[in-house]
Amino acid sequence: MSQDTIYFFWDCLQYLINGIAQGSLYAMVALGYTMVYGIIRLVNFAHGEFLMMGAFCGYFALKFNLPMPVAIIASMLGAGIVALIVERLIYRPIRGEGRIPALITAIGASMFFQYTGQLVFGADPKTVRPVFTEVVYNFGEVNVSNIQIFIFFLTIFILIFLWWLTHYTRIGVAMRAASYNLKAAELMGINTNRIIAFTFFLGASLAGLAGILMGYTMSVEPMMGLSLGLKAFVAAVVGGIGIIPGAALGGYIIGIAENMVSGLYKSSWRDGVSFFILIIILLVRPGGILGKNSKEKV
Amino acid sequence: MDYYLQIISNIGIFITLTLSLNLINGYCGQFSLGHAGFWGVGAYASAIYGVYFALPVDPMINMLISISVGFSAAALCGLLIGVPCLRLKGDYLAIATIGFSEILRIIIMHTESVGGPRGFTNIPKWTNSFWVWGIVILTTIFMLNLKRSAFGRAIISIREDEVASETMGINLFRFKLFSFIIGAGIAGIAGALVAHDQQFLHPNNFNFMWSVCILVMVILGGQGSVSGSIVGAIILTLLPEILKLIGSDISVWRMSIYSALMIILMLTRPQGIFGPHEIFEKKRFAKKLQKGAA
Repeated sequence: MSQDTIYFFWDCLQYLINGIAQGSLYAMVALGYTMVYGIIRLVNFAHGEFLMMGAFCGYFALKFNLPMPVAIIASMLGAGIVALIVERLIYRPIRGEGRIPALITAIGASMFFQYTGQLVFGADPKTVRPVFTEVVYNFGEVNVSNIQIFIFFLTIFILIFLWWLTHYTRIGVAMRAASYNLKAAELMGINTNRIIAFTFFLGASLAGLAGILMGYTMSVEPMMGLSLGLKAFVAAVVGGIGIIPGAALGGYIIGIAENMVSGLYKSSWRDGVSFFILIIILLVRPGGILGKNSKEKV
Repeated sequence: MDYYLQIISNIGIFITLTLSLNLINGYCGQFSLGHAGFWGVGAYASAIYGVYFALPVDPMINMLISISVGFSAAALCGLLIGVPCLRLKGDYLAIATIGFSEILRIIIMHTESVGGPRGFTNIPKWTNSFWVWGIVILTTIFMLNLKRSAFGRAIISIREDEVASETMGINLFRFKLFSFIIGAGIAGIAGALVAHDQQFLHPNNFNFMWSVCILVMVILGGQGSVSGSIVGAIILTLLPEILKLIGSDISVWRMSIYSALMIILMLTRPQGIFGPHEIFEKKRFAKKLQKGAA
């Protein structure tokens, strides 16, 4: 093999690692989309804005010289509480009206947070105060930073935690029951309103976590939820919306594909490639990679 | 004065767009969230005609050719996108149309001959408010007649119940596809108008947020209602201007007010101002009933 070919493979490996780190963040956000969709069949367009609100909570916590763990908890709680308020005030009254009005309401909530955020926080991107120093490890020609490793293992931990939660706790089993059949779950004595609120809280706190990590590696701004939310949503659909492992799989696929394309071809095509994958998946397997193709009943 | 003429033209362009989306979303019940993509394709196609292939004839005739170029390009895109997408339903159709319109926008963004990310400039000025409002009147008459034609009744029945209309012998896919193509084509006409009116195009003017804006106009007026679409487009195009007149303090909040209005509307009156009805519909219907009885 010539020298160029070997460097090409090293480059590919580097993009793969960057893609996995990015995909972990997408997966974290996609989990929230998937859990909410799984229970109430609502595409929560405002999910990216929960992420943005969480990122701002973490940003302000770090600005007041609080340590990183406190900032992470602040952003998770902040995003979760915003989600609880939005769910109670907007999504709960609209739930019986059908899916299209709910979808439009979600788009409205998303726009409201974006534009109000621009006025309240200012539209400029804000850099987060660095708390821990970035250490870069070299493996041959490949660089891995400690933040990337942290994000990767955090995502694995979250996935195991969610698996434990949905299989071995009362509320998790209730969540699964509600996602099979909301009415039947209610008849079995499950307080579905509380389960839905809890699902929103859980999904939004994961989004808040992803938000502060994203803000830490890049910057915090009111419009950050728009593109990140759309990407994570694409990831959820690609993996199979409503299925928790599907969201993680979709997140990794989108993250790796984006980094490969932007590294090997043109960085401006990175948004294009994720939508392209989305279209292919929707045409070949509308239910997503892990999803079951359900027939509409008469 | 120019400023007010510009607003009047904008209102007309948005009425055309809203009417065309109303055909897909309101009449046929297919939830499309990528209408700005078709708008953009029409605008860019007619701008390419105007800049590179313009014939040495009267601007009137050139504008007519340009409009037909915009219509055909957008209708072709509607066909290419509709064939794969219309197998999907509800949320999934909305997602697929978002994806396609974003891909269209990214392709335009990367085409250097139409300016790419810098925007397309030097488009000849061939149109004015009279053109725009002429198109608006034609589209309105077309939509009102379509609603009462066999084709219109067929697609309305698809919206009401797909299974029932299929058993009545309606070819679901073909009717959905036709309404998708016609809707896309009329959005392309609106694109031709905007290209030759503003003489400048930028790919970001056709992004997802504009699809949402057109959709909100349809929803506000009432899905399936022609008069509703017109009223919705007028209200939502004038609202930012009125807020600007009231004062700059309120004007900066206009997008927040816009989105809050959207949420409140959905919570209080999800069917929109008119619902599926028209302003003059009831009287005419009552007369027909009387004739039938006599």
